[in-house]
Amino acid sequence: MANKIPRVSVREQEPAVRATNFEEVCYGYNVEEAQTEASRCLNCKNPRCVAACPVGINIPSFISKIAEGDFAAASSIIAADSSLPSICGRVCPQETQCEGSCILGIKSEPVAIGKLERFVGDWSLENECKGCQKAASNGHKVAIIGSGPSGLACASDLAKWGYDVTIFEALHKLGGVLVYGIPEFRLPKEKIVAREIDSLRRLGVKFETDVVVGRTITIDSLMEDEGFDAVFIGSGAGLPRFMGIPGENLNGVVSANEFLTRANLMRAYDDEYDTPIYVGKRVVVVGGGNVAMDAVRTAKRLGAESIIVYRRSEQELPARREEVHHAKEEGIEFKMLTNPTEVLADEKGWVRGLRCVEMELGEPDESGRRSPVEKPGSDFEVECDVVIMALGTSPNPLLKRTTAGLETNRRGCIVTNEQGATTREGVFAGGDAVTGAATVILAMGAGRTAAKAINEYIESKK
Amino acid sequence: MFKILEKRELTDNIYLLRIEAPRVAQSALPGQFVIVRVDEQGERVPLTIADFDKEQGSVTIVIQAIGVSTRKLCTMNEGDSIADFAGPLGNPSEFVNMSAEELAKRHFLFVAGGVGTAPVYPQVKWLNEHGAKVDVIIGAKTDSLLIYTEEMEKVCDNLYIATDDGSRGFKGLVTAKIKQLIDEEDKDYNECIAIGPMIMMKFVTLTTREYSLRTTVSLNALMVDGTGMCGACRVSVGGKTLFTCVDGPEFDGHQVDFDEAMRRQAMYRNLESEANENHNHKCNCYGK
Repeated sequence: MANKIPRVSVREQEPAVRATNFEEVCYGYNVEEAQTEASRCLNCKNPRCVAACPVGINIPSFISKIAEGDFAAASSIIAADSSLPSICGRVCPQETQCEGSCILGIKSEPVAIGKLERFVGDWSLENECKGCQKAASNGHKVAIIGSGPSGLACASDLAKWGYDVTIFEALHKLGGVLVYGIPEFRLPKEKIVAREIDSLRRLGVKFETDVVVGRTITIDSLMEDEGFDAVFIGSGAGLPRFMGIPGENLNGVVSANEFLTRANLMRAYDDEYDTPIYVGKRVVVVGGGNVAMDAVRTAKRLGAESIIVYRRSEQELPARREEVHHAKEEGIEFKMLTNPTEVLADEKGWVRGLRCVEMELGEPDESGRRSPVEKPGSDFEVECDVVIMALGTSPNPLLKRTTAGLETNRRGCIVTNEQGATTREGVFAGGDAVTGAATVILAMGAGRTAAKAINEYIESKK
Repeated sequence: MFKILEKRELTDNIYLLRIEAPRVAQSALPGQFVIVRVDEQGERVPLTIADFDKEQGSVTIVIQAIGVSTRKLCTMNEGDSIADFAGPLGNPSEFVNMSAEELAKRHFLFVAGGVGTAPVYPQVKWLNEHGAKVDVIIGAKTDSLLIYTEEMEKVCDNLYIATDDGSRGFKGLVTAKIKQLIDEEDKDYNECIAIGPMIMMKFVTLTTREYSLRTTVSLNALMVDGTGMCGACRVSVGGKTLFTCVDGPEFDGHQVDFDEAMRRQAMYRNLESEANENHNHKCNCYGK
């Protein structure tokens, strides 16, 4: 019977309204909606959703607790595997993970696992006091570099086990990519991110902003002069890539990182804040990932006509399906199978357009996706005055350059074993700094794996 | 928060602020910069370090009040605190890696212009302490706009002043003074380091190219984070795109595409002018 109930649709801001503001798009489930949706779960004996979750959350078990109305129990089931449910419920690519494997999805729609996780996470932020019991100190200090998802997750576990944890953040605000990268309309900063950080503060975690490890201090100085027993590197992948096409340094060409940092971290969209942002009248965003969707929807909200240009077809878009759907609802134009070849300048050196070429899909490449091939002679121009490059990011080389014995691979990612130990004793790493740009949940999971390894390492030294 | 230990007006619209920032002071080397944010609403402004004192745990910056954030910064007083002060960022000057013997053999020529005179000072001071021979040219429109002349005199071998109107020292541009020193005074410099307005650095490199004199410039590109994340500070050096924040801020001046750099520096100027007007400020800096 349970699977006869249709998937409970989630309430959202009207597309025409939300395309002009930065408030969160999705309102989430209320209690009644969550319980109805939870009742759809078949509670499979061999739950494929759990196998498809990067951190193996016991999904049927927490969903059955929602159906029973025992949200505290649901919260503690999730907490066993994830420290950031409010965030992951909002930003995980559920359609390729848990929901993509849900058995209900074969004949109808999968259980809205992401929305249910978010419901529990938000309920917990409202009603529970995760960090109320500060653990007795074990006298050991651990330094964490970066306050993004991996660092926060690593700090949370270590603090609960009694470690004296300090998180060093290069920027002036805590949260890493959650704050500078993901826009407010997808992940509210004060309501969600700041509260997750506050709960760490209550656990006794210390934070130092404006500290660029590798410049202000080094990993060596932390371990030798400041008495840290171990260091966790969760510095992410912040270095933007460009295409290397002519005209890329024209005025009006920016990285998605720059555009989003101005909007999100510096709040350039708010008149009260001093940082400027140049939006122009017609914006082209190059790329098809979540960052491209975030940039194009931000440009739209700032009043520009906004277009996505992507070299493969819609099926291959790496962004979360929900983001693509939301972007389309908000009036974003999608130009698929299109690749830029040159940024065109006006007489003053500003962008006036983008020369593109049509693509077609050829044989599958290493990633298994059909690789795009240029259609000869299909050149055309797209008129625009801003081009935003959203082509992915790679890890910052600063720590590698300033830390002897820290090995990285040819893509600049830090080399670790499965537990997160780097080639340097006492130094651990996880998240995008190790994998290259990936997801919040993988970074969170890597932070927790490393926390275990750090605990074992420090125990073994006693 | 970072406390302002000292504030002085050096000349019209240019202020010196000495900030309590022990971690930054401890690690700072000549050539590096900091990112400063005045308050919660402020921009992240990159400023080249003008001096640092490890014992006092202080770092000095010199600011020209031209944009919204720099003007806000200049209204702060001794005892006030600024929200953020991150650094030292960027690579130190190349010469900090030279051996004492190498340094003893070298003769540096520094060319400083406007507010760029301030970051020249720690470099000259460092070289002087490490046994190198250093001449310095400081250029300005007129005598009253010169800064750091007394401090500089104490740490260099020869200080030359060049003013456009001849109100002090040599009458003419710094480029003419460079030519005079090399052509008429037979100076044999190993390296020139120019820090000042982009247009000055561009013409210095054009001049020194005639003498095949290796010239380093310190670029003050636009930045948001200053740590390699945004790419706002990209600059073409020898045909390659580099980031000023992590690959610089100092580059081989003969390789830098200054015309592109100047165009890029003006990217937000109209928006900044708007913001200036919103703050009811009459600023004549852009008319120049």
